[in-house]
Amino acid sequence: MAKNTLSSEFRNIDVDQYNEDNFKDDDVEPQSPPIGVDEATIISYMNSGNHADALKLLLANAPVASKGKNEQAKDMALNLVLKVLLSVNKSQMDQIITSLDKTQLDVLMKYIYRGFERPSEGSSAILLIWHEKVYNAGGVGCIVRVLTDRKRV
Amino acid sequence: MTEVFQFGLVPITCHAWNKDRSQVALSLNNNEVNIYGRAASEWKLQETLQGHDLRVTGIDWAPSTNRIVTCGAVKNKFAVGSGARLISVCYFEQENNWWVSKHIKKPIRSTITTLDWHPNNILLAAGAADFKVRIFSAWIKDIEPKPTPTPWGAKMPLGQLMTEFSNSTGGGMKVSRLIYQLFVSFSGDGNRVCWVGHDSSLTVADAGKEMAKTQLKTEYLPFTAVTWVSLKSLVAVGHGCCPMLYSVDDTGKLTFVTKLDVAQKKETGSL
Repeated sequence: MAKNTLSSEFRNIDVDQYNEDNFKDDDVEPQSPPIGVDEATIISYMNSGNHADALKLLLANAPVASKGKNEQAKDMALNLVLKVLLSVNKSQMDQIITSLDKTQLDVLMKYIYRGFERPSEGSSAILLIWHEKVYNAGGVGCIVRVLTDRKRV
Repeated sequence: MTEVFQFGLVPITCHAWNKDRSQVALSLNNNEVNIYGRAASEWKLQETLQGHDLRVTGIDWAPSTNRIVTCGAVKNKFAVGSGARLISVCYFEQENNWWVSKHIKKPIRSTITTLDWHPNNILLAAGAADFKVRIFSAWIKDIEPKPTPTPWGAKMPLGQLMTEFSNSTGGGMKVSRLIYQLFVSFSGDGNRVCWVGHDSSLTVADAGKEMAKTQLKTEYLPFTAVTWVSLKSLVAVGHGCCPMLYSVDDTGKLTFVTKLDVAQKKETGSL
């Protein structure tokens, strides 16, 4: 009996998978998620100073999916979005935000929070300004949807 | 200081006080409402109100207008949703003198969070934690005549799924937002059903328009309950601590009308 108590491997087993009542939401994704946007297109938009369109394109094609699905595409998209967000001038932000619709605003807020997760030099400060402006447009409902939506960015 | 009074040996199912507590209306597990008035240290039966066919299940006494409202069990039927992923439709069976329950299980995949009866007492709307709102038929052959067809469908055996709505954006094509239904409610004519979800959204589905669904993602904190106040208006309440009035127009468009003043709260949100 002394031998058994040394091993703690059992703590790593996910017991929920054995529960027959466990909810599996896999039946809702028959269509393949959007592939994301080509990086070159975004770079060319940014070089010509057209951040608004770059951002809209990225938001419209965001690879949102349940947790654990399509992570690679999500990470690539995140990098591009952050690139765009961090290069926009404060003065342009308001204009861009007013041109977004409700769905795009929600996706943008999701990206902002993901951006907070991995801060780089000075990124959090800019993201905070974005956050404040998006909050003024979308209200707490927008933030609630970041927290509750099963489709993550 | 508490006083104890005996109103008989039968359980008191429901009661309501009048404004200054000099009178109380109560029902003794039957279809009558008795009004008692205080006389010195006794309570005297002043009146008995009749008019309900079946047991009275609730009484309320409006303090200033001095009017009493009562509600009673209709057709001896009720439904219970549970975390066991099923709905129990319970009805009273005369021969056995007891309640019987029938289960609706398919295709429910998670806890039922909310239920609402259609005005015809046959259809039941159920919201569940598997992100769907479903309309079922809860027709009990033994105690009710066959229901007439409604815009929700014609065939109605017990447990028949009339229709199912996913709480998602535009027809499920692009991104779907999967969300718990927190509250479901049928409109007065039974042709529309509305629900609120924990993603701060409010949705209305219309059977008269081929099950068309309109959803509004609000900028407020999530709502926990919603009810129809007319055929075209809804009041939603929730964590934002203020009742909100919305209206649905003939094209099915859902718009925000106004925040309702907190002082009027008692006639609007509290369910």
